[in-house]
Amino acid sequence: MKAVVEWNAEALLDARLDRGELTLTIAPDEIRAACAAVKAAGYNFFEDLTAVDWFPASPRFRLSYALLSHRLKERIRLSVPVEEPGPAVESITPVWPGANYFEREVFDLFGIRFEGHPNLRRILMPDDWQGYPLRKDYPVEGYR
Amino acid sequence: MAGSAGTPILEAPVAEGASDQHMVLNMGPQHPSTHGVLRLVLEIDGEIVVRVYPEIGYLHTGIEKTCEAKFYQQVVPLTDRIDYLSPMANNLCYCLAVEKLLELEIPEKAQWIRVLLSELTRLNSHLVWLGTHAMDIGALTVFLYTFREREEIQRLFEAVSGQRMMTSYFRIGGLAMEPPLDYFDRIQAFIRTFPEKIDEYSNLLTGNPIFINRLKGVGLLSAEDAIALGVTGPPLRASGVDFDLRRDLPYSSYEKFQFAVPTSTVGDTWARYEVRLVEMRESVKMIQQALDGMPEGAIKADAPKIVLPDREKMKTQMEALIHHFKIVTEGFAVPAGEVYQAIESPRGQMGYYVVSDGTAKPYRVHMRNPSFATLQAIETMCKGRLLADVVAVIGSIDIVLGEIDR
Repeated sequence: MKAVVEWNAEALLDARLDRGELTLTIAPDEIRAACAAVKAAGYNFFEDLTAVDWFPASPRFRLSYALLSHRLKERIRLSVPVEEPGPAVESITPVWPGANYFEREVFDLFGIRFEGHPNLRRILMPDDWQGYPLRKDYPVEGYR
Repeated sequence: MAGSAGTPILEAPVAEGASDQHMVLNMGPQHPSTHGVLRLVLEIDGEIVVRVYPEIGYLHTGIEKTCEAKFYQQVVPLTDRIDYLSPMANNLCYCLAVEKLLELEIPEKAQWIRVLLSELTRLNSHLVWLGTHAMDIGALTVFLYTFREREEIQRLFEAVSGQRMMTSYFRIGGLAMEPPLDYFDRIQAFIRTFPEKIDEYSNLLTGNPIFINRLKGVGLLSAEDAIALGVTGPPLRASGVDFDLRRDLPYSSYEKFQFAVPTSTVGDTWARYEVRLVEMRESVKMIQQALDGMPEGAIKADAPKIVLPDREKMKTQMEALIHHFKIVTEGFAVPAGEVYQAIESPRGQMGYYVVSDGTAKPYRVHMRNPSFATLQAIETMCKGRLLADVVAVIGSIDIVLGEIDR
């Protein structure tokens, strides 16, 4: 957290410690730089990326990055609010190439675009699929 | 999932500047050595692999979406189906995540049984890996040996949960039921002979010149690449990164167990083979420790509004009957919040991200599965190598398509 504050305190919107997990909320257009700063601070391993749809709230989506430090044996979560319409954030694949599939999955299931991703295509659903299944306005069962 | 009606087999372009000699080869999804329905689109120059392009999603069933429509306790059986070779690991990870949301304390005995069965699951999963990996390489015999022991483990699972594969034995707040009376004796009998069985597999493979030649120096992955690509578990440790969640971020009483974390600095498929073999021996030690030190006590947390009451109590006490009825029909509300819980599954780091909005159904459940991330490293490992090595590499990273596609 100290590293993020030193890097750019303005991009840090919120910090919360809940159930032993530290969550830092980062401004959407700063996520790549924030990841680079956190990585430099020792959180060397990208674990997970996913989104939550808070429809009909605004901002609608919230991305959640789980980052792990092998050395500190600690985990940190970066949370990024993303607005409708045309949700998009910077891709963090230049920082961690391993985020590639995870970003594709979020794109596939939530329709959030990642700018600068090398191959932003659907990954789990068929290429010609219409709609984004994990959005809350997408039905759980039945025909579309 | 390219290749559905009307789309060409491969839209990914051949690498720029590639000679006309390059050819695109489709491997899978129906291929015996892709361990499920993995499809690899390979760009090859003669026998040399230039690019590997995995196409996944053939087993996608939308489990994460389904979870959002179920009560918290109804999600447990769904988690079995994700990584069907290590159901207990999935159960454990999900239960730990929800228990963290509820801030629920689990009795020590339940925690120890969870460790015991998680390690049995690891053996179970590694046995399938070893059998199929060796079979891919051409050593058919090993498969018959490992499945002989796997059968024993599945009988142990059946004895405790009633199911061989989809166990759903770990529940939110503890375990489903008490293990049978002679259960620990049966496990003891199994692990008494199991180390000899590992020697048996090792005798068949470790000195086998064909096996050595197919594995040594194949599928090299450096520690930097492994970390950058999100590789976890045995492949990460075989690349020289000494990190194991059981030891470094312990959960479910793992801090009370003594075990070594095998690593290797070579980073090839042979190193992964050796690391997993040692891991099996360490698991046996941990099972022994769990049996020796098994604490007494309850197997369910004292939380009547979350944990289903005993049958006996339900039939005799009004309170218990009401709680039972409420839990089954309305579920139980979980305080709002978000948690991420990671465990060391047989394949690597498995994480469950659970978001609650304060109701009885999870607002969002996301699974971070080790195979999904590890698959990204396949191109790094196969590039510039022979086509036949791809089979060895797939075997060595031990992927399960169920958890990749979910």
